[in-house]
Amino acid sequence: MSGEARTGSTGGLAAGAPRRRPGWVTVARKEFADHVNSVRLTIVIGLLALTAIAAVYAAAGQIRDVASEATGDPSLFLRLFVLEFGDTAFDFTFFTFVSLVGPLLGIVFGFDAVNSERSERTLPRLVAQPIYRDDIINGKFVAGLSVIALVLAGLTAVVAGVGIVRLGIVPTPVDIARLVSWLVLSIVYVGFWLAFALLCSVLLRRAATSALTAIGVWIVASLFATFIVQIVADTFAPVPEQPTAQEALANVRLRQTLGRFSPGFLYEEAASAILTPEIRTLGFSLSLLDPRAVPSRLSLPQSLSIVWPQTVALVALTIGAFAIAYVVFMREEIRA
Amino acid sequence: MSSAVIVTEGLTKRYGSTLAVDHLDLQVERGEVFGLLGPNGAGKTTTVLMLLGLSEPSEGRATVLGLDPTRQALEVKRRVGYLPDSVGFYERLSGRQNLAFVARLNGVPGDEAERRIGELLELVGLSEPADEPTGTYSRGMLQRLGIADALVKDPEILVLDEPTIAIDPQGVGEILQLIRDLRDGRGVTVLLSSHLLYQVQEVCDRVAIFVAGRLVSHGTVEELSRRLVGNRQTFEVGVRGDPEVAAREIRATPGVETVVRERGLLVVAAEDDVRPQILARLQAAELQAVHLRQRGSELDEIYRRYFERSHGDVG
Repeated sequence: MSGEARTGSTGGLAAGAPRRRPGWVTVARKEFADHVNSVRLTIVIGLLALTAIAAVYAAAGQIRDVASEATGDPSLFLRLFVLEFGDTAFDFTFFTFVSLVGPLLGIVFGFDAVNSERSERTLPRLVAQPIYRDDIINGKFVAGLSVIALVLAGLTAVVAGVGIVRLGIVPTPVDIARLVSWLVLSIVYVGFWLAFALLCSVLLRRAATSALTAIGVWIVASLFATFIVQIVADTFAPVPEQPTAQEALANVRLRQTLGRFSPGFLYEEAASAILTPEIRTLGFSLSLLDPRAVPSRLSLPQSLSIVWPQTVALVALTIGAFAIAYVVFMREEIRA
Repeated sequence: MSSAVIVTEGLTKRYGSTLAVDHLDLQVERGEVFGLLGPNGAGKTTTVLMLLGLSEPSEGRATVLGLDPTRQALEVKRRVGYLPDSVGFYERLSGRQNLAFVARLNGVPGDEAERRIGELLELVGLSEPADEPTGTYSRGMLQRLGIADALVKDPEILVLDEPTIAIDPQGVGEILQLIRDLRDGRGVTVLLSSHLLYQVQEVCDRVAIFVAGRLVSHGTVEELSRRLVGNRQTFEVGVRGDPEVAAREIRATPGVETVVRERGLLVVAAEDDVRPQILARLQAAELQAVHLRQRGSELDEIYRRYFERSHGDVG
């Protein structure tokens, strides 16, 4: 629908016309109200809150166990979010929890965004209003992202609150700054899944198909991606029984490169570095083998600068997914 | 300047190799009710979408209120109200909330919107269920809400796509009366599409017959009738008494061409309006005519002819 491009055709009339709010704001407000009043929000919040509180409760217990040796640890508060808990065969931390379950949040608020307008037959009515067609999809994305931001912020606040009460540690301003940076990163990550679900809702006519597709991709991406990456890496950079350093390194490097195509992997890398000041470098480094490396802590700007590439990649993936959904939506015929 | 508010010149839409609309030339005058009639799949909805700038013509052009719907889609949509084919609403929102959303999209200020929506709900007879979720509405109520919805922006042109579909006869009457009132009371130009001729013929000032993407004829119902059948006319005659005798009598009337029995009625085709002669003849034969109706000028007849003529082209 190139004809609906924002050309200056209405510019002349705008002067005399009353000031109107842009269409996407109106659409976003309505969608936001719909989300907030929806049953699915209640369900998702219930699920997430239960898991999150259980997770942080366990982490807090462990922190108490190690508290004696951790006394004087300046970032004890952040341990809440990064400490592995439970059976450590599976390194489960609060941020891996967000990385695993966060996509669900994105999918829930996006999978039926456009196809439900079709099945309820409200789309023809909506596009006949004096708004640009992209106002519809932009408004829906903004509304979804706002709800996601609210839920994530609320969840983080609850977890922090539980931690403060149970541990009796008060976060320092720097802790809070790190937590906020992590929150922003998490919103971008869940935003990727929102954009992906939105794409499914544009491409697939039935809401159920769209939800199944999005959830399927999410499960494959979060559970099997590691296996797939490992198989590919072992095929192209095999590691013999007595590997040389070079062979081992090649395998690890390839695994990492492949992994960085996955939003979940990017997110976990960046989140761990933001929440753990001790992480000095991302990816494989030999510094651990170097006895001269002095364990020290990075400042927040330093931490942010090492996660910058991951953050940019994540933003790019999100924008890319949304852009595809946008273009497909704009080019589609309204009927059919 | 003519008073035409909708003009199409050679308007054409292709989907792949199929021609949905084939070089359509139309003019709709300000303040009239114009009927776009034709069987399903004739290209009515496609035409309507092109007029609203929701679909781009493959060829030719359309002008709505002097604007190009493709280039100035927003301005056209600001001034044209549209009721889509089998309209839908957000089921969890009430009728009032649905209309309020559309009012906001049209930049109607708050109190003005509230007043207007109250009025429109009253107009379409939905004041009572206005605050119930539209999921509980019947099809007819949704259709009437759809008309209110199209009127929220206070349009100059109202485009109604199949406004009477899936509605019971009483509801149809109400909707047609509403359309008439809108034309007479508000001076709104109405373009309506339908495949149900019986239902809309009485409300349309002019009609265009549309078959397989082509405009086969247009004009007032009488004009179409004259063009089609000349002065030839068809009547239905119902007689109390022996129909065989009656048929013989009528056949003997000068000007009558054929008499066919159809479900207890005699269908008479004649060169001219010979109703008085027929009546006189029947009276002389002491037969009582209990029913006499002219058929020829009815749209249904016309439409059936066109429809049959192009039979097979229609998908």
